[in-house]
Amino acid sequence: MLEKALKGGQKYWSLLLGLAILSGIGFACFMLQLNQGLRITGMSRDVSWGFYIAQFTFLVGVAASAVMVVLPYYLHHVKEFGRITILGEFLAVSAVTMCLLFIVVDLGQPMRLLNVLLHPTPNSILFWDMVVLNGYLFLNAVIGWTVLSAERKEMPPPKWVKPLIYVSIPWAVSIHTVTAFLYAGLPGRHFWLTAIMAARFLASAFASGPSLLILLSFLIRKRTNFDPGTAAIEKLSKIVTYAMITSVFFLLLEVFTAFYSKIPGHMHGFIYQFAGYEGHAELVPFMWLSVILSVTALILLIPPQFRNNEKLLKIACITVFFGLYLEKGVGLVVTGFIPNVFDKVTPYIPTVPELAITLGVWATGFLIMAILYKVAIGVKEEIRA
Amino acid sequence: MEKDRREFLKIGGISVLGLSALPVFQALAQEKGPRYKPDPKALKGAQWAMIVDMKKCWEQQDKRQCRDCILACHKIHNVPDIPDQKREIKWIWLEEYKHAFPDQAHEYAPEKVKENPFMLLCNHCSNPPCVRVCPTKATFKRKPDGIVMMDFHRCIGCRYCMAGCPYGARSFNWGDPRPYLKPEDINMTYPTRRKGVVEKCTFCYERIDEGLQPACVEACKVKALIFGDITNPNSEVRKILSGHYSLRRKIELGTGPNVYYLI
Amino acid sequence: MYDAKKIVPGILIFVVLFTFPLWSNMGKAAPAPKPELPKTEKVCVMDTAYMKTEHMVLLNQWRDLVVRDANRLWVGPDGKEHFMSLQNSCMKCHSSKVKFCDQCHNYAGVKPYCWQCHIEPKENM
Ligand code: SF4
Ligand code: SF4
Repeated sequence: MLEKALKGGQKYWSLLLGLAILSGIGFACFMLQLNQGLRITGMSRDVSWGFYIAQFTFLVGVAASAVMVVLPYYLHHVKEFGRITILGEFLAVSAVTMCLLFIVVDLGQPMRLLNVLLHPTPNSILFWDMVVLNGYLFLNAVIGWTVLSAERKEMPPPKWVKPLIYVSIPWAVSIHTVTAFLYAGLPGRHFWLTAIMAARFLASAFASGPSLLILLSFLIRKRTNFDPGTAAIEKLSKIVTYAMITSVFFLLLEVFTAFYSKIPGHMHGFIYQFAGYEGHAELVPFMWLSVILSVTALILLIPPQFRNNEKLLKIACITVFFGLYLEKGVGLVVTGFIPNVFDKVTPYIPTVPELAITLGVWATGFLIMAILYKVAIGVKEEIRA
Repeated sequence: MEKDRREFLKIGGISVLGLSALPVFQALAQEKGPRYKPDPKALKGAQWAMIVDMKKCWEQQDKRQCRDCILACHKIHNVPDIPDQKREIKWIWLEEYKHAFPDQAHEYAPEKVKENPFMLLCNHCSNPPCVRVCPTKATFKRKPDGIVMMDFHRCIGCRYCMAGCPYGARSFNWGDPRPYLKPEDINMTYPTRRKGVVEKCTFCYERIDEGLQPACVEACKVKALIFGDITNPNSEVRKILSGHYSLRRKIELGTGPNVYYLI
Repeated sequence: MYDAKKIVPGILIFVVLFTFPLWSNMGKAAPAPKPELPKTEKVCVMDTAYMKTEHMVLLNQWRDLVVRDANRLWVGPDGKEHFMSLQNSCMKCHSSKVKFCDQCHNYAGVKPYCWQCHIEPKENM
C-alpha cells in the first residue's frame, strides 16, 4: 500500500518537500542542541520545562481525540464515521510520534533514553507515560493499517483487530489521563495541583482534535476525490461543540476555586496569565487572545444554524484549535513554574533554535500524516473507481 | 563508541546482556565472602538531618560576610560558578526569608529575620517527591540512612524532579559545566558533572561513607550547622531540637524536610 | 522496466558508502596498542586477563556499588583492599590516561564517556 504515497501530483510533492525542509532545519538545530546542551533554549533553573513539553502536552490531546471517531463507530455503530475512522487513527499516529519526539528533544541526555526501560520505575508517572504513548502508537498504527489493507481487498478486517480496537478506546483516555497526572500530582506547583486536570485535558482534547479533523476533512474534500462526508463532519462538529463547552466550563471551575478561596498559590498562576505578576506579563496577550478565540468559538458553535454553515464551521474550528493551543500548548506548562517555589518570577521566552526545533517536530509529524493520508485516500479512491 | 550506545545495543539481545555480566558473577562466585564492603569507618544513621542555627550564622555573616560553608561545598564538589542566574548551579545557597518561607513569612517579623538570608540546601525529605517522580531511579533515597541521592550516571535529564521538588533544591546542567570551573580550583578527587544532568546536595555521602562529617558542617567555624541522626534520641540534633523551637520549609506539603532552622 | 542507468550507479554508491570505514582507514595501519603498566604495583583489583576484557563491566558494577549501595572497599585477588574509585584508585596507579586508557581505546575506536565527569590525572609529559 505504501506505493500509494509515491504517486502524487506536484502539489503533493511540494508539500512533502516543504515539510522535509522544515524538519531538516529543525534537525540541524537539534544537532546544535545535542552539542551545546539545552542552554540554547530559553529554559532556566526556574522554568525548567518550556515549549517542548507544552507542545507534547497539547499533542497528546490531539492524539487521544481519535477515540472520538473510533468510539461512536465501533461501539454505537454510527455509520457516518466509517469513512473517517482511518483519518482519526492516522492523525493519532502522527500526533503520538510528535509527542515522543518532543520528549526526546527535551531530554538533557537523549542517548540515555533507554534507562527508562532498563530501570523501570512504576512510581514515576513519566514511566507510565512512555508505556501508554508507545502502546497507543502501536495500537493505532496496527489498527489503521490492517483495517485499510482489508478495505482495499474489499474484505472485512481480520477478526484479531477487533479486540485491539476495543482496547484502543480506553487507551486513548489513558494517554491523556496519565499526561495530566504528570502535572496534577506535584506538591508545591499550585497551578497544576488540581484534581480536574485530567478531566480538563480530555475535554480540551476532544474539542481540539476533532476540530483539526474537521479542517483536514474539508481540505481533503477540496483537494482529492475522496469525500469524508457531510454527515460525519456534522457529527464531529457536535462533538467539538459539547467538548468545547465542557472545556471552558472546567476552566471556569478552576477560576472559581482559586479566586473564591483566595489562596494565594492558586490565584497567582491565573493572575500571571491574565494580568501579569510582579511586573511580568509575558503571557497576557496570548492568554487574552485564547479567551477571545474560545468565546468566538462558542458563539459560532452553539447555534446550530451557525455550526451547520460550512464557512462558519471552518472559522469555528480554527478558533477552537488555536484557542486551546494557546491555553495548553503555551500557557499551562510555563505558568506552573511562575511564580516559582520561592515566589519569584523568572520569565520564559523560547529562543529561535528552540522554536526551529519545535517547528521541525511539527513538520515531521505533518510529513508522516501527509504520507499516511495519501495512502488512505489513495485506497479510498481506488475502491470507488 | 559512547557507553550509552553500548547500553542501547545491549538491550538488542537480552542474551548479550546476560553474557557480558556473566564474568562478574563468575568472578564473584569464585571467592568466598563478599569482594566488596562498606568502609568500616562510615557514619551510621537511619535518617540524617541538619540543623541550621541562623543566629550563629547571621553573626558571622554580619561580621565577615561569611560564606564558608558555601565555598567549601562548592569547591569540594566542583560546583561551577555560572554567572547567568537563570542557569546557575547551587547545592547550598542564601535566600531571603520571604522567599525561603513564602508560606509563613510576614512583614512584621523582626528586622533581623527579614533582612538576613537563610542558608538553604536539599532537605533530604523523608517523603521526597523528586524520588517519586524520577523515571530512572537516578534520584533515589538511600534505604539505610535516608540520603536523597543523585546517580549522575543514570540521569536522563528529563527534569521531572525539578518540577517535583517544592524547594528549588535542584539545578540542571544546561551546558557543559567545565568551562565555569577554574582549573586551579578543581578538586581532583571528585568528579564534575556533564551537560544534561540534574544535580544537588547529596549530604556529602562520599564523606559520610568514609566517616567524615559533611563538608559544610566541617567548614562552619561557629558550629551553626549541626548534622546527625534524627531517629536517635541521643543525637546532638535531637537534643537541640527538643530544647529550641525550630522551623522547617513548607511542611504543609507533607514531604517531611529534614533540615531544621533555629532563629 | 528495470532502469540500468539508475540502478548500477545506485549500487555503486551504496557499496562505496557501505565500505567507507574500510577504505577510509587504508594505508594507515594502526600500531598495536601498548598500554603502559604501573611500575609500583604488580596486582590489579582483578587478574590481568579479566581486567583486559571486562574492566568496563567491573567499573559499571563499582559505580552502582558505591553510588547506590554505599560500599567503598573492594578486596583484590591478593586480599588487598582498594577504594572503589576511578579517579582515586584506578588512576592513582595508572597515572596517565594517555599512556594507559587511550592506548587501547583509540586503537579500538571507543570513546568512553567516563572523562566527561571524572577528571583525568594531569599528564606530566
Ligand atoms: S528538598 Fe527537593 S530535592 Fe531535596 S529531597 Fe526534598 S524534594 Fe528532593
Ligand atoms: S532529570 Fe534525572 S534525576 Fe531528575 S527525574 Fe529525570 S532522570 Fe531523574
